[in-house]
Amino acid sequence: MENLQVKIWRGGEEGGYQEFSVPRQESQTVLDVVTYVQRKCDPTLAYRFACRVGVCGSCAMTVNGQSRWTCRTHVSKVAADNKLEIAPLRNLPVIKDLVTDMREFFDKWAKARGRFTGSKTRKDGFAAVSPESKERKRVDAGIECIGCGVCYSACDVVTWNKDYLGPAALNRAWTLVNDVRDTARAERLAAVAGDAGCHACHTHISCTERCPKGLSPTAGIAGLKRAVLTATLSGEI
Amino acid sequence: MSPRTQVLLWGAQRISAMVLALCVLVHLVTMIYAVRSGLSAAEILGRTQGSAAWFAFYSLFVIAVAVHAPIGLRTILSEMFDWRGRGLDLLSGIIGVGLALWGMRAVYAVFGGGGA
Repeated sequence: MENLQVKIWRGGEEGGYQEFSVPRQESQTVLDVVTYVQRKCDPTLAYRFACRVGVCGSCAMTVNGQSRWTCRTHVSKVAADNKLEIAPLRNLPVIKDLVTDMREFFDKWAKARGRFTGSKTRKDGFAAVSPESKERKRVDAGIECIGCGVCYSACDVVTWNKDYLGPAALNRAWTLVNDVRDTARAERLAAVAGDAGCHACHTHISCTERCPKGLSPTAGIAGLKRAVLTATLSGEI
Repeated sequence: MSPRTQVLLWGAQRISAMVLALCVLVHLVTMIYAVRSGLSAAEILGRTQGSAAWFAFYSLFVIAVAVHAPIGLRTILSEMFDWRGRGLDLLSGIIGVGLALWGMRAVYAVFGGGGA
């Protein structure tokens, strides 16, 4: 098999691409390529990963111009002409090489009131939520987010509006708005309202297109837009 | 501007978009019909002036434009130039009032009692 020509971003916000030649292997993932470079070519290369099996959400990068989880992205799927260009995620400050500062991404989950607020104690019984209820089905559709930041990186509205909460935080808020056990619905709807919240979304659907888990933050954001408008008109918020 | 007002503006933009979709369709069909029938400007004005129904329809059209356009323009300016705050809101409001005045002036000229 031919070698791969791999360009990898080096530096922080300012920097440039460095070229490496990596042996092509069968069933090779983009993360395998980055790991090879770090172990065999340049040990100073900084990147982030943990589980290697698509669970932890640590290894997202920009691969040939598109945000992807690298551990589950096969080289054969993305390397046209055996060429790879690997960069850090967009829309986040670069710490070094392929590592971004994820703080603003997760801070926005907190701003969107992404934490469950309940009324029961450990002495109460389990809440009975029917799997067939429409609220539970909406939660199911969005709950598998692994917080990889791919949607945040793919979103042009985040690029244009730094205050925008982003698809992942809003998707999280939508799952909680539909959680019948949660008691902070009004506060959460208020937190995601307006120009920095769900109403800034232009429905480009890049988040849904790129989500490695196949979720649709776009659908959740559309639901939030309707819920917030209804709550505003009814005086709930 | 409070998030509550921002949400109401978003709702107003969606509703005005629905009105505009209908208005543009009726406007295009009417325009094509008038042109194909070979009517002159004077003949068209002769038929439109004094028509209360068409005056009401085009007034609704103008109001929908005056609501819809400045809200969208406010978002575009905000995203393109990273501009937020009272100045942007004021400019959007002025543009909305301007569009309403210019549009209603044209509506009055075409559908009112006489010339502009």
